[in-house]
Amino acid sequence: MLVETAERLFGDAVTPQVLAASERGGFAQGAWDALEEAGLHLALLPESAGGFGVGTAEALSLLRVAGRHALPLPLAETMLAGWLLSRADIAVPAGAMTLATGPGLSLGADGRLTGTVRGVAWGRHVRAIAVLLEDSRVALVEGGFTVVARENIAREPRDTLTFDTMVSAMAVSPVSAADLRAAGAATRALLIAGALERITGMTTQYALDRTQFGRPIGRFQAVQHSLATLAAETAAAIAAGDIAAEAVGEAMAIPAIAAAKARASEAAGIGAGLAHQIHGAIGFTYEHSLHYFTKRLHAWRDEYGGEAEWSALLGRHLAAAGADALWPTLTAI
Amino acid sequence: MSALTFPPPPVSAEAEILRTEVRAFLARELAGVPAIRKAESWSGFDADFSRKLGARGWIGMTFPKEYGGHGRTALERYVVIEELLAAGAPVVGHWIADRQSGPSILRFGSEAQKRFFIPRIVAGECFFCIGMSEPNSGSDLASVRTRATKVDGGWRINGTKLWTSQAHLSHFMILFCRTSGTVEDRQNGTSQFLVDMKATQGLSIRPVNALTGEHHFNEIVFQDAFVPDDALLGEEGQGWHQVTSELAYERSGPERFLSSFILLVETLRMIGTAPTERAAVAIGRIGAHLVTLRRLSRSVAGMLQGGENPATQAALVKDLGALLEQAIPDIARSLVAIDPPTEATEGFAEVLAYTTLHAPSFSLRGGTREILRGIIARGLGLR
Repeated sequence: MLVETAERLFGDAVTPQVLAASERGGFAQGAWDALEEAGLHLALLPESAGGFGVGTAEALSLLRVAGRHALPLPLAETMLAGWLLSRADIAVPAGAMTLATGPGLSLGADGRLTGTVRGVAWGRHVRAIAVLLEDSRVALVEGGFTVVARENIAREPRDTLTFDTMVSAMAVSPVSAADLRAAGAATRALLIAGALERITGMTTQYALDRTQFGRPIGRFQAVQHSLATLAAETAAAIAAGDIAAEAVGEAMAIPAIAAAKARASEAAGIGAGLAHQIHGAIGFTYEHSLHYFTKRLHAWRDEYGGEAEWSALLGRHLAAAGADALWPTLTAI
Repeated sequence: MSALTFPPPPVSAEAEILRTEVRAFLARELAGVPAIRKAESWSGFDADFSRKLGARGWIGMTFPKEYGGHGRTALERYVVIEELLAAGAPVVGHWIADRQSGPSILRFGSEAQKRFFIPRIVAGECFFCIGMSEPNSGSDLASVRTRATKVDGGWRINGTKLWTSQAHLSHFMILFCRTSGTVEDRQNGTSQFLVDMKATQGLSIRPVNALTGEHHFNEIVFQDAFVPDDALLGEEGQGWHQVTSELAYERSGPERFLSSFILLVETLRMIGTAPTERAAVAIGRIGAHLVTLRRLSRSVAGMLQGGENPATQAALVKDLGALLEQAIPDIARSLVAIDPPTEATEGFAEVLAYTTLHAPSFSLRGGTREILRGIIARGLGLR
């Protein structure tokens, strides 16, 4: 139900024009208003905090739909920020939010937040920010920061924010910095799964439509096999996204997220490359929509940690249990 | 159902209880078995072990109770077979019968065939081999030439089957052959027979040794071999439909991504519990692949349990699984140096050699990589 609503809503709202405008620094206000009206950004919250009582995995599956549409909005960030705040019993404000965390921030006992943090997703477009400090306190900031606009490889806003402001609320966070990074990684695994699903569909259609040597290029075995590989990587990413969605909760299943993000990130790179190869030159143009998805795949595979970071974590986890416990350790993930 | 539909795998508390039972059994049964034997994975043969599994109720688990099966779920069976494979248990004896011959007999067989074969399979005492490939009919199964001709009281079979794994150790074969028409008729006019490997006159078995010198494969020559009427499985002329319905079972199981698992275990043993960053990344990457493959494979098991035929999804699992199985030897040798030889690396080197030499078969057996990708392309709507 939730997923169908999102599919319809994002399908209507996210056009190539909206994506292009977003790349130029605009905010897709119409799309956000529709999303907010449907309450999708609240899906991860408990009912007591304004959510509507769906499970965590189902709520997060919205992000696979967002990935399918290259949704140019801070849905993952608003969901995560609300989750972080509500876990610490801080009232969740309305509207779009984002997250800030890192060693550059300090929070005085008087509630004054100072410091600079880079890579804040959608920072220029939000007022409310959930800040996680290194000492495991969480604070809510509503304005009172300056923004230097920066962007990721997909031209999504990833801004540098400097704070010197009193926070609206603060509390001890039950969510650690490692938990939050893992939760962020889970959102990226789901976004990747969705974007790969979309480019598999787009690329299959293109191979059926594009004719060379008197037949659709999809009739050539070499092209079919590339598409099969794209589909296989997409299948792996879908599984990874589902694993990630189920791993987020009060007790974070960090090894599961490590496996999911490492695998999804690997699939993202392979899949983006194959989609471009099959699309040929037209897929390399700005005019064609493929790049909205492949650029995001490249961005998302690195955000919240790429293959190396998560593989290393998982590898240490597996090794620590010892060779003879490898299988039980894997099946417990 | 689209080609990329992978519903969440079923979850079951009973299956997890079963898992601990299987682990305890395997710890006892396989104590002291050297790694190189375990590395044989599902190519390892031990008739006593198969009988013991049968006695535990772990063969034919999903078969209905009225035929001597155990009426358990596909997920419970999945748990047992993945535990067997991960432990390197010698399962090949009963493997084919449990995985596909038994289910085919239950689906297409006569009442008498079910009554005869299923209890024997379940006991771990009736082993099957697959009579599909031929000298000139490998990937192109529909070009089958072996022919059964109707005669009084049965069928007379002529032709040759090739690459028949474990034929010399099997009691029966499910033979796929032509019963009418010509090779030009392709899928039409084909049928399946239950052929007694021990008692059929005019049937001869010749070993075809693998590149390691091991005897797994065989060539089976049928020379006016007679099988009785009741050897026909299912309907005459429906062979293609029947044989293709086995393939999702054949392609999506954990044996399609765990063939190199014992090498991974031995690699981890060499690396130790505090790996370097490079080793941790390499091992973690394989772990990430295994965890996702296991999810996909269990999802397919759930679809099969639900009566669907997820042929495309099964092909996706097998294609990804074989790539991983074949990558593991290279990753292992990049992490552990075997030259100069030392006492400490001797056992590892043995397992590495075994797995390296068998790796080419991982993307050949059960449908080559090229065939699988063709099936996936068809599932995507490209052909």
